[in-house]
Amino acid sequence: MTITTAGYSLLPVLPELMLAVGAMVLLMIGAFNGPKVTGLVTTLAVCLLVVVGAAEIMLPAGKHVTFGGSFIVDDYARFLKVLAIIASAVTLILSREFLADQSRRIFEYAILVLLSTLGMMVLISAGDLIMLYLGLELMSLALYVVAASNRDNAKSTEAGLKYFVLGALSSGMLLYGASMIYGFTGTVSFAGIAAEAKTGNIGLVFGLVFLLAGLCFKVSAVPFHMWTPDVYEGAPTPVTAFFASAPKVAALAVFTRVTLTAFPGIVVQWQQVVVFVSLASMVLGSFAAIGQTNIKRLMAYSSIGHMGFALVGLAAGTQEGAQGVLVYIAIYVAMTLGTFAIILTMKRNGQPVETIKDFAGLSRTNPIIAFFFAMFLFSLAGVPPLAGFFGKFYVFMAAIKSGLFVLAVVGVLASVVGAFYYLSIVKLMYFDEPVGKLDPMRVELRTVLAVAGLFNVLFFVYPAPLVSAAAFAAKSLF
Amino acid sequence: MIQALVFLPLIGALIAGFIAILGAHGRNPSGDEMDHAHDDHGHGDASAHAHAAHGHDDHGHDDHDDHHHVAEPAALGSRAAELITAGLLVVSAVLSWMTFVDVAFMHHDARIVLLNWINSGDLQLSWTLRVDTLTAVMLVVVTTVSSLVHIYSLGYMEDDPNRPRFMAYLSLFTFMMLMLVTADNLLQLFFGWEGVGLASYLLIGFWFKKPSANAAAIKAFVVNRVGDFGFLLGIFALFMLVGSTDLDTIFASAPGLTGKTINFFGWHADALTLTCLLLFVGAMGKSAQFLLHTWLPDAMEGPTPVSALIHAATMVTAGVFMVARMSPLFELAPNAQAVVMLVGATTAFFAATIGLVQNDIKRIVAYSTCSQLGYMFVALGTGAYSVAMFHLFTHAFFKALLFLGSGSVIYAMHHEQDIRKMGGLWNKIPFTYAMMTIGTLALTGFPFTAGYFSKDAIIEAAYASHTQFAFYGFLMTVVAALLTSFYSWRLVFKTFHGEPHDKKHYDAAHEAPLWMLVPLAVLGIGSFAAGFPFKELFAGHHVGEFFRESLKMNPHIIEEMHHIPGWVPYVPTVMMVLGFLISYLFYVRKPYLPVELANQHPLLYKFLLNKWYFDELYEIIFVRPAKWIGHFLWKKGDGMIIDGLGPDGISARVLNITRGVVKLQTGYLYHYAFAMLIGVAGLITWFIFGLGGQ
Repeated sequence: MTITTAGYSLLPVLPELMLAVGAMVLLMIGAFNGPKVTGLVTTLAVCLLVVVGAAEIMLPAGKHVTFGGSFIVDDYARFLKVLAIIASAVTLILSREFLADQSRRIFEYAILVLLSTLGMMVLISAGDLIMLYLGLELMSLALYVVAASNRDNAKSTEAGLKYFVLGALSSGMLLYGASMIYGFTGTVSFAGIAAEAKTGNIGLVFGLVFLLAGLCFKVSAVPFHMWTPDVYEGAPTPVTAFFASAPKVAALAVFTRVTLTAFPGIVVQWQQVVVFVSLASMVLGSFAAIGQTNIKRLMAYSSIGHMGFALVGLAAGTQEGAQGVLVYIAIYVAMTLGTFAIILTMKRNGQPVETIKDFAGLSRTNPIIAFFFAMFLFSLAGVPPLAGFFGKFYVFMAAIKSGLFVLAVVGVLASVVGAFYYLSIVKLMYFDEPVGKLDPMRVELRTVLAVAGLFNVLFFVYPAPLVSAAAFAAKSLF
Repeated sequence: MIQALVFLPLIGALIAGFIAILGAHGRNPSGDEMDHAHDDHGHGDASAHAHAAHGHDDHGHDDHDDHHHVAEPAALGSRAAELITAGLLVVSAVLSWMTFVDVAFMHHDARIVLLNWINSGDLQLSWTLRVDTLTAVMLVVVTTVSSLVHIYSLGYMEDDPNRPRFMAYLSLFTFMMLMLVTADNLLQLFFGWEGVGLASYLLIGFWFKKPSANAAAIKAFVVNRVGDFGFLLGIFALFMLVGSTDLDTIFASAPGLTGKTINFFGWHADALTLTCLLLFVGAMGKSAQFLLHTWLPDAMEGPTPVSALIHAATMVTAGVFMVARMSPLFELAPNAQAVVMLVGATTAFFAATIGLVQNDIKRIVAYSTCSQLGYMFVALGTGAYSVAMFHLFTHAFFKALLFLGSGSVIYAMHHEQDIRKMGGLWNKIPFTYAMMTIGTLALTGFPFTAGYFSKDAIIEAAYASHTQFAFYGFLMTVVAALLTSFYSWRLVFKTFHGEPHDKKHYDAAHEAPLWMLVPLAVLGIGSFAAGFPFKELFAGHHVGEFFRESLKMNPHIIEEMHHIPGWVPYVPTVMMVLGFLISYLFYVRKPYLPVELANQHPLLYKFLLNKWYFDELYEIIFVRPAKWIGHFLWKKGDGMIIDGLGPDGISARVLNITRGVVKLQTGYLYHYAFAMLIGVAGLITWFIFGLGGQ
């Protein structure tokens, strides 16, 4: 099959094209039928994502480059795209209940998620700075809108606005950095930059810092994280689940690809930036979460901390480190989606409840959910033999092999502090008096919970598929 | 045969222990002990109050087991447990005597490998029973006295609801003691050593609802720990020097160790001397020698059969046995021998002086034991190991007799132990009186009793010896002989003669049941028979042939003992008579004399009555500083520093940081943007100033 346009092969971008066209079709369906087809559009969106994911997997093996090196499909891209698609699809499944409400029947929601996912896929495959920006903006613009999708809620709109303003600022920084890099290297393609950037020219480093600042914003690494708690708390819970999963995958993917493929000549410089934000994120994420009473804010700080841990692997700057990042992000997505499936069930008499205290005594009113939640929390805290432990294990191993002892030690200490707030929820569930029964769990939430929970608990039994897939993916970057 | 005699007591202990557990369960099937415990606590408190009323003058052990008479049913199968353990012990004793004949006279020494124990690098140990003459003597002593005590306990403990547990402990003790004496390597010896310590602890604290018994048990255990620490260091030192803990290996390489040194905290000590001294520290603890003696009198809190078995005849002689066992080493370390002699002589004298003024019948016998153990160490110090073993052998009989006799008196007096409240008992309990008199005669060394031969042999050996402290040893043992005679007769006179001081108890006094009298009779016979027939084997010309390889004697001492001036053998006898006369004068003829004497020399009297103030001294030197250090480490070290800077401090700081971080999250957009810009500016600055390197 050879599809070309203007001399470029379109085969590598086939999944993206399918997604874009599909999204348009769904938009038409929605636009002509009105809010009553919201459920149908959402279901079709999930199906579309499944098809796109399958297409991505079925692309011919090996590395494909098109649009003059702007768009790269390799094992790395495939691994992360599939992960992002899974995350998006699961988020849409988790959103069904939210969208079922009469006042919130917005079919655009699913389409926005699809478009955002399209942005992520472009971002993950980006081979130059232009494509990077394109993907980033496509992803973000859709995210700004979904953050405010609960239009009647002041908190939700505030969240959307805050995210948009700060996102615009970060995009500005990123563009500024990109322009400086272009100025000092004369090229925008990662391969070209890598060929030029052999020394730590201060101008180039300037550009690098601004570029990384923009990316740090997307992964919500300290000190570019300030939006995260407010947006996580303000946005509707399914949106928060989305924010915490798929965009993080894409942002971390492009972060890793840019640093490792475009700047291998100035590892020393970007490593310092990564080490700093990683340290700051781990520490702040752990400490600040202790003070939270809202479970969504807590998850915001948790995700800040986890991004810090993932960046530990990147800081190593090695193939092993990259593998660690991939394993970590995959496990993180599973843990996060499982946890949000539980948070989404937190309803009493139909009204969502969000404070941590609402979990008190859950072990007695709903022992199965309490067990899975406890397992997720232990896993997030990094307690062996749960999946979260292995995620941390791989990144810390990579850091130690690269001689980043301080980073590893601080990381372990931060995870000790972090363990406190995870375990305090476990304590609340198992040792405190129940405050009342939660509503029964919907079937799709149960399914997500079961899959994520079993992955989390049983990962250690057979970790090879994920670990070796991550190893292949990481290898394609070097 | 040997395996059987060693393991029968263990089987008995297990059966009795099983019955004890079943019994406890049967009495209280729900396991809910609240009511019982409450009742018994009431009793415990009552007896504690009674103690307080008596003051801390050591006289108030009268009511120590009143609560036995509480109608608490004995466990089902108590009698069976008693009969099984006693029966097995009797079998074991018979086998021991057969083994004794076989080994000592037929010269069939045995090494029986039971199993491989430890294989770890250089440390190769097997569990081996070593039976030579030295062991055979101990086997006979241990199993004979133990079986008699088991039988005696059938009567003595008949009111106690926990008899199966008692019998289980007694048999366990016996097994451990047999492990100790049959040890073929030092670690095995140590196993038995600790095992008897454990059994001793359990038995002293048998009446665990009584605070004083618990305190005594803990004291015995802790003081023994001090000795055990030295013993362990000695074992380690030997392993370092020889590379083995096997006795034969050690003895074979011992001559090569002379002149070697060990670096001991920067002090280049003579290896053999140091090792022997460390081993001797262990012996001092177990045998209650001077400075480590304080636990033995308190151990009298245990039931009287325990005192007879453990704290007179067997366990306390383990130290003597151990030094004798290690004689090939001690023979090469004359300085260590001198220390053994010094400590032994001091103990013999010192314990006897305290015995003079004590009023608790069991404590008098306890101090007497301490003193007699001192004699044995004097003999060890001269290199006349067989003589020490001789005294150990005879002492086991007459001291067990005295303890069991005391037990019979206590039984008759309804658990009254203060001799000032007794008197005139001889016609009430004539058999006990006769047996106590025999025991006293043997202890004081009346001619042709067992004690006469062994004690005289020790004094002669001390005279004949040429070590540094030989004369001191001789002097002290002679003086102690006088004192022994005095306090022993004092006990007899105050208990059995004169006017009854407690009419109520006196009227109720009655002879003990047959279970208790038979062992007394056997021991009474032993107090005579253990002397003369064995004299030549232990202290005469047949020593070499009798003990053969099991002891390495000072080659000249036996010979020299027979060539001392003619007056020396008469000295102890003269002392014995003198002591008897003074005692007779004081307590029968003119009973006001001792009171006057005490009034004239209040300081001396108090000094002796308070046991040379050793308990008070240790309280000041060890207990209080230890408690202070404990309190300091608890409050300051753990509470303030570790908790303060550690868990509490860190968690407090974490919360502080959390509060600060949460405050940063103001919700204002421009603050957030500012933070981002600050971040970028900071990173840029870092690179501009070249801090990140080029």
